[in-house]
Amino acid sequence: MSDATRAEICAVAISDNFRGDGEILVSCFGNVPSLGARLAKSTHAPDLLMTDGVASLVDGVQPISGKREAPVIEAWMPFRSVFDLLWSGRRHVVMMASQIDRFGNQNFSAVGPHAKPSAQLIGMRGAPGNTISHPTSYWVPNHSKQTFVERVDVVCGVGYDRAAKLSPQQRRFHEIRRVISNLAVFDFATPDRRMRLASLHPGVAVDEVVKNTAFELAIPSDVPATRLPTPAELALMREQIDPEGFANKEVR
Amino acid sequence: MTVAIGGWGSRRKPMAIVREILRSPVKDLTLMTYGGPDVGLLCKAGKVKRVVSGFVSLDSIPLDPHFRAARQAGAVEFRELDEGMFQWGLYAAAIRLPFLPTRAGLGSSVREINPELKTVRSPYDDGEELIAMPALTPDVAFIHMNRADARGNGQYLGPDVYFDDVMCGAAKRRFMSCERIVETKDLLAGGAVQTLRINRTQIDGVIEAPGGAHFTECPPDYGRDETFQREYTTSAKDEESWQRFKAEWLDVSEAEYQAKLRARRARSEAKPSEGDAAARKAAQ
Repeated sequence: MSDATRAEICAVAISDNFRGDGEILVSCFGNVPSLGARLAKSTHAPDLLMTDGVASLVDGVQPISGKREAPVIEAWMPFRSVFDLLWSGRRHVVMMASQIDRFGNQNFSAVGPHAKPSAQLIGMRGAPGNTISHPTSYWVPNHSKQTFVERVDVVCGVGYDRAAKLSPQQRRFHEIRRVISNLAVFDFATPDRRMRLASLHPGVAVDEVVKNTAFELAIPSDVPATRLPTPAELALMREQIDPEGFANKEVR
Repeated sequence: MTVAIGGWGSRRKPMAIVREILRSPVKDLTLMTYGGPDVGLLCKAGKVKRVVSGFVSLDSIPLDPHFRAARQAGAVEFRELDEGMFQWGLYAAAIRLPFLPTRAGLGSSVREINPELKTVRSPYDDGEELIAMPALTPDVAFIHMNRADARGNGQYLGPDVYFDDVMCGAAKRRFMSCERIVETKDLLAGGAVQTLRINRTQIDGVIEAPGGAHFTECPPDYGRDETFQREYTTSAKDEESWQRFKAEWLDVSEAEYQAKLRARRARSEAKPSEGDAAARKAAQ
């Protein structure tokens, strides 16, 4: 029996989500995605590029907690270069979502009417350009009916129903790969690209996911369990990448 | 009036100029900015009609409470653009094009929030329909650099120029504050030639304003004053807190502001607090 925490299981799901991506820039928001991307780079995806969060690309894998040595810089990456690179498509971003709907439309801009929101959040940032230019995944650490909603108030990240209304040319780089929440992993492998329950984190029942989701999910008759970390992955996460367990603080 | 403000989030913002705008009678401003505390302060002071931006954030504190309060009161319009589209609009203005095409924005609420946006079809065989991001031409741009000469050549010594050069290219009138004015011949003593990103065709006036980005970061001259930034956000708690903050830091001249900061630093160096230690660490 594994003693892996929920955050570690989520991080492994995020790591697996980068399989086959090759030599692209990974941008992560949140501690669990940061841990998962570093785990991927430490194991199956050594060619991934990562920034220091300022304006440089960092060689190797920097821990997200504990003692950090001065990183080896491999390239300069100011915001202008990030925009160029993301429009070139050589990137996979894991953004967070204050709201997400069944087609993967995402909002972290504002809740409520745009002229007078009940909660002003950060704004659209690069979500419209990201989602139309390169693969995008989402991390939602607090799966609930407030986050998995019937309808998002502002479409920042473009979902499959709205992409379907664009021309094939306009949507050719659009891909919402997966949504990873604290309860489960979701993809869009359905005929009309609705969100599908892809795997349940160990210890989570289908009912718990359904009860905390405001829209109807596609649920296969047999839902696999999200895989557990291997002993080697656990050791990497606990001893090298996140020795102080920052990721564990992000998941309820 | 449309005002572009350089920097990014809580990084190398022309805050001395923002404070001067706070002391002035101007109002009904449209801000174009990669938004940070410049937006929160000007909104709280009732100077802002509209914000054109991709976000407003204080970096180490994700959301600016004064901007949030203004938005949630319905007092300020937020013309949200994808942050790459925003750059594209400024760049179109800087190179005198009516628009630049982009895929960014297609399918998102950008179209509903900015109903004036139109599309354009590629005249080539692909025929792709793209958003024609219109030129954004601010009436005035304000930026803050580490060094400058008196003629308007500017130098950034931190890791990123952000879009300051593009804003100065786009705006009708351009003003640059800096930590220190030096002789032209001494500019290269500070950094390699590619740090001289602002040239004098892009600038109409230079202001020497040491500490002029405070409390945002201005590396390598200084880091973000995290203690001060926390006081700024805490001042949004209630009207009394705001009035106290305003009286202490905004209803004073720039010279008094900087003198108060120096006195405060001297006190905290005599008795270091946890917050100041964190600020010093961030500055390293």
